[in-house]
Amino acid sequence: MTAYIVRRLLYAIPILIGVNLLTFMLFFVVNSPDDMARMHLGQKRVTEESIQSWKAERGYDRPLLYNAEAGGLASLTDTILFQKSVKLFVFQFGSSDAGRDIGYDISQRMWPSLAIAVPVLLIGLAFNISYALFIVFFRATYVDIGSVVLLVAMMSISGLFYIIGGQFLIGKLWHLVPISGYDQGLNAWKFLILPVIVGVVGGIGAGTRWYRTLFLEEIGRDYVRTARAKGLSERVVLFRHVLRNALIPILTGVVVVLPLLFMGSLITESFFGIPGLGSYTIDAISNQDFAIVRAMVFLGAVLYIIGLILTDISYTLVDPRVRLE
Amino acid sequence: MRDWIERSWIAILGLLALALTGCNESAWNDPYPAADAEANIYYSSFAERPKHLDPARSYSSDEYAFLAQIYEPPLQYHFLLRPYRLVPLSAAEVPEPRYFDAKGNPLPEDAPVDAIDHSDYLIRIQPGIRFQPHPAFARTDDGRYRYHDLRPSDLSGINRLADFEATGTRELTAEDFAYQIKRLAAPWSHSPIAGLMREHIRGFGELADQLAGLESADELERVAALRQANLSGVEVLDSQTLRIRLEGKYPQFQYWLAMPFFAPMPWEADVFYAQPGLAERNITLDWYPVGTGPYMLSENDPNRRLVLERNPNFHGESYPSEGMPEDQDSGILADAGQPIPFIDRAIYSLEKEDIPRWTKFLQGYYDSSGISSDAFDQAIQIDASGEPMLTEVMRERGISLLTSVEPSIYYMGFNMLDPVIGGDSERARLLRRAISIAVDFEEFISIFANGRGLVAQSPLPPGIFGHREGEAGINPFVYEWRNGRPERRSLDEARVLMEQAGYPNGVDRETGRTLSLNYEAVATGPDDRARLNWIRKQFAKLGIELVIRSTDYNRFQEKIRNGTGQVFMWGWNADYPDPENFLFLLYGPNGKVEHQGENAANYANPEFDRLFDAMKYMEDGPERQALIDQLVEIARRDAPWLWGFHPKSFSLHHRWLLNAHPNQMANNTLKYRRLDPAQRQAARRDWNPPILWPLWVVGGVLVLLVLPAWWMVRRRERSTAL
Repeated sequence: MTAYIVRRLLYAIPILIGVNLLTFMLFFVVNSPDDMARMHLGQKRVTEESIQSWKAERGYDRPLLYNAEAGGLASLTDTILFQKSVKLFVFQFGSSDAGRDIGYDISQRMWPSLAIAVPVLLIGLAFNISYALFIVFFRATYVDIGSVVLLVAMMSISGLFYIIGGQFLIGKLWHLVPISGYDQGLNAWKFLILPVIVGVVGGIGAGTRWYRTLFLEEIGRDYVRTARAKGLSERVVLFRHVLRNALIPILTGVVVVLPLLFMGSLITESFFGIPGLGSYTIDAISNQDFAIVRAMVFLGAVLYIIGLILTDISYTLVDPRVRLE
Repeated sequence: MRDWIERSWIAILGLLALALTGCNESAWNDPYPAADAEANIYYSSFAERPKHLDPARSYSSDEYAFLAQIYEPPLQYHFLLRPYRLVPLSAAEVPEPRYFDAKGNPLPEDAPVDAIDHSDYLIRIQPGIRFQPHPAFARTDDGRYRYHDLRPSDLSGINRLADFEATGTRELTAEDFAYQIKRLAAPWSHSPIAGLMREHIRGFGELADQLAGLESADELERVAALRQANLSGVEVLDSQTLRIRLEGKYPQFQYWLAMPFFAPMPWEADVFYAQPGLAERNITLDWYPVGTGPYMLSENDPNRRLVLERNPNFHGESYPSEGMPEDQDSGILADAGQPIPFIDRAIYSLEKEDIPRWTKFLQGYYDSSGISSDAFDQAIQIDASGEPMLTEVMRERGISLLTSVEPSIYYMGFNMLDPVIGGDSERARLLRRAISIAVDFEEFISIFANGRGLVAQSPLPPGIFGHREGEAGINPFVYEWRNGRPERRSLDEARVLMEQAGYPNGVDRETGRTLSLNYEAVATGPDDRARLNWIRKQFAKLGIELVIRSTDYNRFQEKIRNGTGQVFMWGWNADYPDPENFLFLLYGPNGKVEHQGENAANYANPEFDRLFDAMKYMEDGPERQALIDQLVEIARRDAPWLWGFHPKSFSLHHRWLLNAHPNQMANNTLKYRRLDPAQRQAARRDWNPPILWPLWVVGGVLVLLVLPAWWMVRRRERSTAL
């Protein structure tokens, strides 16, 4: 297994280089270093000298991809692409274009993101699996049909609707929790209730439908028939046999998103005023802060790769037949 | 196992009881700690974090909302008097310029501009002003600066400015003002007014050139060089007196003295922040200001909130005793002569979306608010005379509305370098005038600004010297004065102008093809599409085909810079309340393409430029008014802009927030505001009782669903196959 993990980590290097290159190309197709300078220097009375000075200070005065004047190896290394990318691979994110330390900001902002994402994942998982098992228990009855209709309807509704509807009903109309905001430490609990409820309810439609499909696929298998023939109750069949055997696809979906929980949610954090990494990324895009965008995309790619490796490892834990070679 | 379950239940019930006890003191949805319920704290919000808090760099109203409470430039605008009047802030009095010829002989105030070689501003500082507590001033027992020689080991555990144990202060001196002006010249400060000040402050350009060589130097070296550097136009005469020498005459300089650019900066702060390791910890001057004002920034977490706290070293100031005649009855002078500031703390929370911001205002958690388009109908109704008034719901809550016309203009510009729509030909002039009539900005304001705007008749907004009201103030090329008010000329008149221009019904007489113009736009959402369709229809009234060229803001700016656009919309917020700050937008040597100036239409008329040169340094008076009238007349005739509108600001305030008064030039108005926290807390309780029945309903529904399901599961399990 160690050899397999090492091999996967080595595969990650060209993937990360590709992701970084793609981010670089896409960003600079839309924004030139001059545009970035103008954005940071403001709207009024911006002179060409101040733009050049801003670019020189942050290393954006080099050529983007190839420095014809430098010659030799420097023609590739003395470029914005190389200078801004190479340190990412040792997780040195450097300073944002506004001068803030990105590593510190990430370390501060990942906690609010996790404070929402973890409860949403755990509560959502527990509820969706329970509900899916309940539907499967009553498969091919009106309970099943009614639930599927309800789930499809819930899937069809935009996530934004849940957020605004939740804020309107729970925060504005019923005055039960603050409509938005955040506080540090344990004082954050009352600000988390609403986004967590919205996150869980918004995920019920797709989540439960997915688990229902998995359980229905398992329930037609031979081992289930055998279990029933042995006289086991339906409840035991579902919880002890079907649920365990459906764990592999469930793990595929869950473990892969675990590392990405750090990255936060773009819309939820913005609407609820949560200072997480999702809103950090959105702000960076709107402020044309390439340093942050590049760092966040790189981090996202790394975490996704880690998620995939963890998923593979988890297969071996839940299914003894799987061997990583 | 049973014990464990019992203990868990007791813990849960205990926590619940604790939570409910806390909730008894404040509403369940109160986003603030219960301990602050009746504290003298002002609550507001911000949508975007301030990009810069360094007074040398900051140049946006969002940032000034914080900076102006912290830094004290020499002058400020009087809170109540209109037209806007400069009064001393950290200076002892408003400095009067003194003029001299090339030989240094004094000249009278009315000396011709050409005769003036330089002008001097003698600024005397009020004695006894002290800086806010700050680690940069902290000293050891033997008198050395405690934090001016930090080693890496000293910085372990330091992540915020507040992590430094000791603070200190010292008295403000004239040297601090001189140091800040030198900072404006330093290229690494990226001051947006460096280019402008180079033209005016003697020796500024030389200093900037001299410092340019230090851009790649170590930060501490830069600061040392800046302290040593000599700026010939700024001389410290004694610890309380500063003389600033300007080239020629520049009376608008007084207004700049009321902006944070000229706020004093202690060299100790620059040395402190320049030390290695602090920038990596996000401890910079751009993040943690050092001022002498009524408030200091005690918490800067722009991901969550910014907190201003009363500066314990504030020198003191009194609430103004003078106001306009109408202020006598409005109660705004009730606190005349009282020491300010009244409020202990101001908390600005990050609120990116309009819906939660507006809801929190209605719940009493923000003391004042603007009005988003979505909430406009809920807050405002227009009465029979067309005046805005609060809706019944707002009035019941005791909310008050303040409106004022902003010293700004949004205009539709024609690129005067374009061969079709621009230029000085009579054909193009008539075409522009016809379009000026056809584009109905009254309708634009009504649809897209909820009526919050005043149609512009010239570049000058109301409240700026030179603006004329009534019949004398209308643009006769677009309006007629009828029944005591301006009426837009008819479309028929516009069509006649089109015909005279050679475009009958929008068809080019020479080519026989429909006239097609390009409109450069920044479009980001569905609202923009409605606006762009509306603009297209306005041009279609004259048979002109308007091609909308939507793009992102970067490309839009590029087109304007390169002069490749034809028609566009642009805006300008005044730096100071002087007509020069608006009319310079049409000054030829300020053209965007040729001179990278702010004249985005690239309008150049030698007669206009000549008159502008004569007007810009003149004192306000009949002579200046006559010149402004001529300038406006020329601009109206040439129509390089479609004058657009001056936006009106609408703000709402709760009844417990006192002394809220619109002042579009002053940003340091927090110190005048007063609160009644007890009244606020009572209102919050009344307005936010928790509605519990939905919880019971949800619980009941769950029970109703779970019990039958459980019963059915049990029944199915117990049933037999037959």
